[in-house]
Amino acid sequence: MGRWARANVRGYLFLLPQFSVFFVFFLIPVIGAFALAFFDYRPTRVSFVGLDNFRRVFSDPLMGIALRNTVLFTVGVVVFWLGKAMLIAYLLDPLSKRLQTFYKSAFYLPSVTSGVIISLIWLWIFNPTFGLLNAALRTFGIEGIAWLGNPNTALGALIAMQVIMGGGSSIVLLSAALARIPREMYEVAILDGASRGIVFTQVIVPLIKPVLLYLVVTGTINTFQVFESIYVMTQGGPQFATITVVYRIYQTAFQQFQIGLASAQAIVLFVLTFALAAVQFRWLGKHVEY
Amino acid sequence: MATRRPSLFRRAVIDPDHPVKPSSAGAVLFIGILSVLGLMTLVPLYWMVVTAFTPPTLAVRFPPELWPSSPTLRNFAAVLSRPMFVQWVINSTIMAVVVTVFTVLTASMAGYAFAKIPFAGSKWLFWVLIISVMLPFETILVPLFILITRMGLVDTYAGLILPLLASPFGVFLMKQFIQTLPSELMDSARVDGANEWQIFWHVVTPLVTSGMAFLGIITFVAQWNLFLWPLVATRSSGMRTLQVGLVLMREEEPMYFGLHMASATLAAIPIIIVFFAFQRYFLRGITVGAVKG
Repeated sequence: MGRWARANVRGYLFLLPQFSVFFVFFLIPVIGAFALAFFDYRPTRVSFVGLDNFRRVFSDPLMGIALRNTVLFTVGVVVFWLGKAMLIAYLLDPLSKRLQTFYKSAFYLPSVTSGVIISLIWLWIFNPTFGLLNAALRTFGIEGIAWLGNPNTALGALIAMQVIMGGGSSIVLLSAALARIPREMYEVAILDGASRGIVFTQVIVPLIKPVLLYLVVTGTINTFQVFESIYVMTQGGPQFATITVVYRIYQTAFQQFQIGLASAQAIVLFVLTFALAAVQFRWLGKHVEY
Repeated sequence: MATRRPSLFRRAVIDPDHPVKPSSAGAVLFIGILSVLGLMTLVPLYWMVVTAFTPPTLAVRFPPELWPSSPTLRNFAAVLSRPMFVQWVINSTIMAVVVTVFTVLTASMAGYAFAKIPFAGSKWLFWVLIISVMLPFETILVPLFILITRMGLVDTYAGLILPLLASPFGVFLMKQFIQTLPSELMDSARVDGANEWQIFWHVVTPLVTSGMAFLGIITFVAQWNLFLWPLVATRSSGMRTLQVGLVLMREEEPMYFGLHMASATLAAIPIIIVFFAFQRYFLRGITVGAVKG
């Protein structure tokens, strides 16, 4: 055994079990994702088609609608979700530890429940004739509608569901960030006669900006991949009002079996996600002081 | 200056060390807002359980019963009498347990290597890992499916489980935990003649059990809840997992809401037990995987 090998083999042996599966089932598919996008892939033959698949992605009207829906959904969810998490973390901060743990658990519980379960529950809640939502509205004398069956309300209904059920881990993270703010920072501000609002905007927000940035970026990336609720609740309908990018990829690959085209769509998704993350990092990162 | 002892209410409700303490009325307002928001998230889960125990004929009635007047186990019996339901539970359990055990063990090993063993290419490989953590799974879904098709593994446990064993996030997380251990511990064990495996097993793992527990819990929950990959990687009814099965049952009986809610309740129970049993790991561990703001 050479000297180089002897110096490094210990490290490699510890990596081996995880990296062998990581290599075969992660890195190879990543390379495959880029390669497949340039081929017409059929069970019987595989032919190189250059940029044809990408041209078809951009000329697919449904992909345009899917992209628009996904952006609307993501913006709606991330904005309201983060606002809600911020409000909750802020209200929790001065409360006793026991109350904090109680509320954090309550808000976190739906985050460990699967997307399929949440979707099934809300299909039932949104049910136009027997659902809880319309029953509640009827007691106030309001006649409810088919929230998921109406192209004008379906996407909004899905956003509302996501905002109401989501945010558990953001609350925990923001809460931890608030607890880390040095107490002296508050005292100085209070001595200066600052109001609650000023303390919030001038002291708290600048200090937790790195966490906010992290939550915006990861929240955007995760929300952009929305699939389960679409698959279970609306199948992209009505009239494509809730078709999203990942749902479109799923249709293309596993219902229409156009593997090359689906791979090109996935590459577009990949580029978009990273571009979004990069823009957010630049835009928000400028204002972060460490 | 005489300071009055805070009232029992204030002591129970307000953090005594907080610099900007709300007034008692303010605290009541805070708790009121939190409770309304909290109820909004919990009512749907409550509603799932109520419907699961409500007889099918009473579930579709106005006004809905907020508490089942004649609770029944009929919906649960209907779920359990489905030919494949138990098989789906078994499949989900196998998948979640195998992935969790493998991930915790191998990610800890790799995390240890990155944190404490110098080797050529360490920095570079770690960057590959970080980028992989950020990569959405959906971008590799199609090539992964082609891969297991080519390997002849579609609709098998191997095809379902093998791709889930790759966990760049797990390695990243365990590196973060192990990094905080003092290197002197490992050096002194080395001087005592321990080999690298003994150091890992007898010195490192006992000190990062809470980290391993956290990784194990979130991996188990994520696998139990997984939907998209099991949906494409399996075909026959007997190979489906619980989450896919829930959707199949709904497609077969679209109007039997008691059945949907009973099956959803059964699928949620293990996760809710895991959550309450390991609550403190959830609430504390999350902050380690994220940024240190």
